[in-house]
Amino acid sequence: MTDLGKYAVEVLSAYAVTLALLVVLVLGIGLRSRRTRAALARAEAAAKAAADRHDHA
Amino acid sequence: MRRLFLRDLTLAIRAGGGFGLSLAFFLIVAVLVPFGVGSDTALLRDIAPGVLWVAALLACLLSLDRIFALDHEDGSLELLATAPLPLEGAVAAKAMAHWVTTGLPLAVAAPLLGVLLNLAPQAFGWLFLSLMIGTPALSLIGAFGGALTVGLRRGGLLLSLLVLPLYIPTLIFGAEVVRRGAAAEPVASVLSLLAAVTLGSAAILPFAAAAVLRVNLK
Amino acid sequence: MSLWEYANPTRFMAATRHLVPVTSALAGICIVAGLIWGFFFTPDDFRMGSTVKIIYLHVPSALLAINAWLMMLVTSLVWLIRRHHVSALAAKAAAPVGLTMTLIALITGAIWGQPMWGTWWVWDPRLTSFLVLFLFYLGYVALWATIEDPDTAADLTSVLCLVGSVFALLSRYAVLFWNQGLHQGASLSLDKEENVADVFYQPLLLSMAGFILLFIALVLIGTRTEIRARRLHVLNLRARAGA
Repeated sequence: MTDLGKYAVEVLSAYAVTLALLVVLVLGIGLRSRRTRAALARAEAAAKAAADRHDHA
Repeated sequence: MRRLFLRDLTLAIRAGGGFGLSLAFFLIVAVLVPFGVGSDTALLRDIAPGVLWVAALLACLLSLDRIFALDHEDGSLELLATAPLPLEGAVAAKAMAHWVTTGLPLAVAAPLLGVLLNLAPQAFGWLFLSLMIGTPALSLIGAFGGALTVGLRRGGLLLSLLVLPLYIPTLIFGAEVVRRGAAAEPVASVLSLLAAVTLGSAAILPFAAAAVLRVNLK
Repeated sequence: MSLWEYANPTRFMAATRHLVPVTSALAGICIVAGLIWGFFFTPDDFRMGSTVKIIYLHVPSALLAINAWLMMLVTSLVWLIRRHHVSALAAKAAAPVGLTMTLIALITGAIWGQPMWGTWWVWDPRLTSFLVLFLFYLGYVALWATIEDPDTAADLTSVLCLVGSVFALLSRYAVLFWNQGLHQGASLSLDKEENVADVFYQPLLLSMAGFILLFIALVLIGTRTEIRARRLHVLNLRARAGA
């Protein structure tokens, strides 16, 4: 590790907080994307099934 | 427009609540501060301009949802939107009525509270003047915020969150006028900045609020 | 092909599908490379010591905090004038990224200043302006979250963004004035215009590029999510109506 001298705490905490916040941001956006995509796939499948039933009826 | 202004005025005074409540809140905050920070007169004298302005600001905030909420509930807001009077004018009239029942009394009462907070006597006039010039902006900005949150069930907190950052320029300049007045420093430049913010608000916010109201009433 | 072609949600989705992994990967590479370079392979500043290494976090995040809001302003205007849903949704997607960047800028700025100022927070005009910007972001995000109808929310948040931009600019000057008025001596602002030596400048550029790419990637992903959510909403309404 490079010698951070007397400011080690400050520099390391700055990096730690930044990385933590970025991880939270990316995870938040990524997980929401995944959830929405899954929900949309389910809804489209259900809509398609309903349409098929309607066509055959 | 005058009739709308007078109607709102009478409603505010009659409906028991809005009018006296802001003043009472103003008084309470001014009384609470010494309990919080201690009664050291030198300290109080230093912070009085800022405290009085913040208290006035918060007192204004209290009555903001009344600007549109009551009319929205009984349907008169929709009537206003379709009336021959342009909605921008209606917003301006309502904001002005709000100011007369909130900002104006606060400006008048403020020097008395200044006494409680050991405000330097030479600042009393500046306190009154700065509030007179600055609180119309608070009413206008508040009207904009009220338009955004009209019809929301617990819109009060969101209203505060939206409106308080917009209050910052008025607060900074208003408090600075009083501070400089207390220190007998030249006040003209800050006073004109304060007036500029108020005039700018009067120029753009009725339009913004009307646009927002039209969206919300669709 | 004009840019407006991508206002069509389907076209937008098709066009951005491959853009997302590319920008994400590039963002990751630039940020990791830039930060490693800056953290391990640059010297200390003779005045600030090793705290100069915070520059690789603070400057890019501050840059994006402001530019995210500007992007939201432009997309809000496009929505209000041309009613392109993709535009409104892009603004909605950008807000949390801008909010986080502002928070990072605030925290790294405060930490950076601590050794020089002696306290964890000082009402330095630049930091204070970022605090005010943070409040504006908060209000914007809260408004999107509170209004139920998507088109109404888009309209209201767009007007808020416009009015907010005017007042944010006003606040910037008011805060500058306020700080000068009160604290005559405290000119301890973290001056970005300070001459940054080359040895710091290059990893900083890399880090900035990384953050910009990250912003683009996240906004693309977020907008795509919002478009899907909108379609989901329509499908649900239709299903409920049909059932």
